[in-house]
Amino acid sequence: MNTNALIQVSYALRRESFVLDINVSLPLRGITGVFGASGTGKTSLLRCIAGLERPVSGTLIVAGDVWQDNASGISRAVHERDIGYVFQEPRLFAHLDVRGNIEYGMRRRERKGAPDIDHVIGLLGLEHLLSRRSDELSGGEAQRVAIARALLCAPRFVLMDEPLASLDQARKDEILPFLDRLHADAGVPIIYVSHNIDEVCRLCDHLVVLDDGRVIADGELQSVLVRMDVPLLSGEQAGSVIQGQAKYYDDNDDLTRLEFSGGDIWVPGKAKVDGSILRLRIRARDVSLCRMKPEQSTILNIVPAVVEAIKSDQGPSMLVRLVLGTDRIVARVTRRSIRELDLKEGEEVFAQIKSVAVRAS
Amino acid sequence: MSTTNLFEPLWLSVQLAAITTVILMIVATPIAWWLAQTASRWKPAVQATVALPIVLPPTVLGFYLLIVLGPAGAVGSWWVELSGSALTFSFTGLVIASCIYSLPFAVQPLAAAFESLGQRNLEAAWTLGATRMDAFVSVALPLSVRGYLGAMVLSFAHTLGEFGVVLMVGGNIPGETRVISIVIYDQVESLNYSAAHQLSALLLVVAFIALFGMFFVNRRWERR
Repeated sequence: MNTNALIQVSYALRRESFVLDINVSLPLRGITGVFGASGTGKTSLLRCIAGLERPVSGTLIVAGDVWQDNASGISRAVHERDIGYVFQEPRLFAHLDVRGNIEYGMRRRERKGAPDIDHVIGLLGLEHLLSRRSDELSGGEAQRVAIARALLCAPRFVLMDEPLASLDQARKDEILPFLDRLHADAGVPIIYVSHNIDEVCRLCDHLVVLDDGRVIADGELQSVLVRMDVPLLSGEQAGSVIQGQAKYYDDNDDLTRLEFSGGDIWVPGKAKVDGSILRLRIRARDVSLCRMKPEQSTILNIVPAVVEAIKSDQGPSMLVRLVLGTDRIVARVTRRSIRELDLKEGEEVFAQIKSVAVRAS
Repeated sequence: MSTTNLFEPLWLSVQLAAITTVILMIVATPIAWWLAQTASRWKPAVQATVALPIVLPPTVLGFYLLIVLGPAGAVGSWWVELSGSALTFSFTGLVIASCIYSLPFAVQPLAAAFESLGQRNLEAAWTLGATRMDAFVSVALPLSVRGYLGAMVLSFAHTLGEFGVVLMVGGNIPGETRVISIVIYDQVESLNYSAAHQLSALLLVVAFIALFGMFFVNRRWERR
C-alpha cells in the first residue's frame, strides 16, 4: 500500500498497571474508528500520536514524513505536529469568545490547504454563536466549537477522543448529524476513538479494535464487523454494515425500497431517492434464519443467503455469517436452532431481517 | 509635623511598594509556574524557602539581609564594586529586601492560579499550534488574571506595611529609607500621638480599600 496515504503508528508504552503495545497503519482518509472498552489504551494511543504523552518511545510516520522516531532521535513537539485534537471535554478557552477560540489555531498554523472558515462554521451550525462567550454555550454547542477549532487549524488529520462521551443522549443526537455531514464532506481524515459500536458503525469507514493495549483487529469497517473472532464485536455488539441505494418510496405505507448486492430491502420512513449510497446497519440479533422461504410473515425483508461460517457466541447463542450477493451480514441465533435446523456452512437459507438503521454514507 | 514632612514618607512607601510589586510579578511568575508544573522532589524545599518570610520574624530576616547586603556581605560588596555605594541604608537595598520579604505573597496566589488552570487548556493550545511560551502567554496568563490581581494587591499592601525589615536594612534616612511605618514608630516614640493616629488611619484605610477592591472584583468575576 502507498505509504503516502498512511499514518504508520508504532508505540510501546509502559505505565503502572497498563501496557500499550501498538503497531498499526491507519488510512489517511475518511473516518477511522478506534474501538475498545474503557481503559484499553484508546486515549493513550491518541495522546502518543499528538505528542502529549511523554516520555514515550516509538515511531510515527505520516504520509512518509517522520514525525517521531526515537531510535534516530526525532520527535516533533506537539505544536509541530499538524493535527487537530478534539478532547472528551470541549476545553474551550474561557477568556476568548467563540470566534476567538475558532481563530486561535488558524492564527498559528499555515493556512495552506486549510478549509474555508465560513464553510466549517456552516457545517457545524455555528453562525449565530460566533460572538457568544465560550462559557455561555451548552455542552453540545461547546463541543461543536471545539470540532470547528480543530478542523480550522489546517491539520493533516484530526484526532477525536470520544467527543460525545461527556454528553447526554439528547446532546449526542444533536451533534451526530454534524458528524455525519463532516463524514460526507470528506475533507480532513479523522481518527475517531469510541467505545460505542453504534457511533462507530454510523460514522467510520475503517475500524481498529483495541483490547488490553493491543490491536486485535483492523481493516475496512464492513469486513472487520463480520469477522466473528473479535470478542468485542460479539454478543449484543455483533452486527454488520452494508451499502445500498434508495430506489423507490411508497408513500402509502411510508416505506423506502433499497437495492443492495443481495437484493431489495424495505426500510421504514423516507430516504432520499437520488442514487446516493446509503449505509445500512443490521444488528445480528435482528436477523433470523429459515430453511424455507416463509409465506405470510410479518417480517418484510426475507432474502436468500448462503451460510459462510458458524461460530459459538456468548451463552446459548451462535453467530452465523451469511453471504448475500457480494455483502456479508451476521445473524445471532441459538445453538438449539442451529442443531434443529442442522445448519452447515455452504448451505442456502433465507435471512429474515427485522430491523435496519439507515444513514447517509 | 508639617504636611510636606508627612507626604515624603508616604510617597516613598508608595514608590517602594509599587516598584516591589512590579519586580515581584516578574520574578514570582516563573517560580510559581515551576511550582505548579513540576513533579521534582525539590518542590517542597523550594516551597518552604519561598514561604519562610511568612513565619520568620522580620528582624531575623532583616538581620540576615543586613549581613548579605552590607558592604562586607556577598551581594553588598559586589554592589559596592559595581556602583560605588552601599546597598544597606539605601532605597535600592530596601527594594531588594522588600522583594524577598513579600515574595510568598506574590508566589502563592500565582501558583494557586496556575495549579487550578491545569494542563487541559495548555494541551488544547499546543495541539492548535502554540509553542509552550505562546500557550503560556496567550492562554495561561489571561486565565490567571485573578491570581495576578491577588498577588499584586497582597504584595503592594504587604510592602506598604513593612516595618521590621526596613528598620534593620534601611534605617531612617529621610527621602531615602524613611517610609511611613518608620515615621509612625518615630511619632509614637516621641509621644506625638495625633500624627501617629493620622498616619495609622491612612494606612488602615489604604489596606482596607486594596483588599476590599480585590475581593469585590473576585466576586464579580465568579458571578460571570
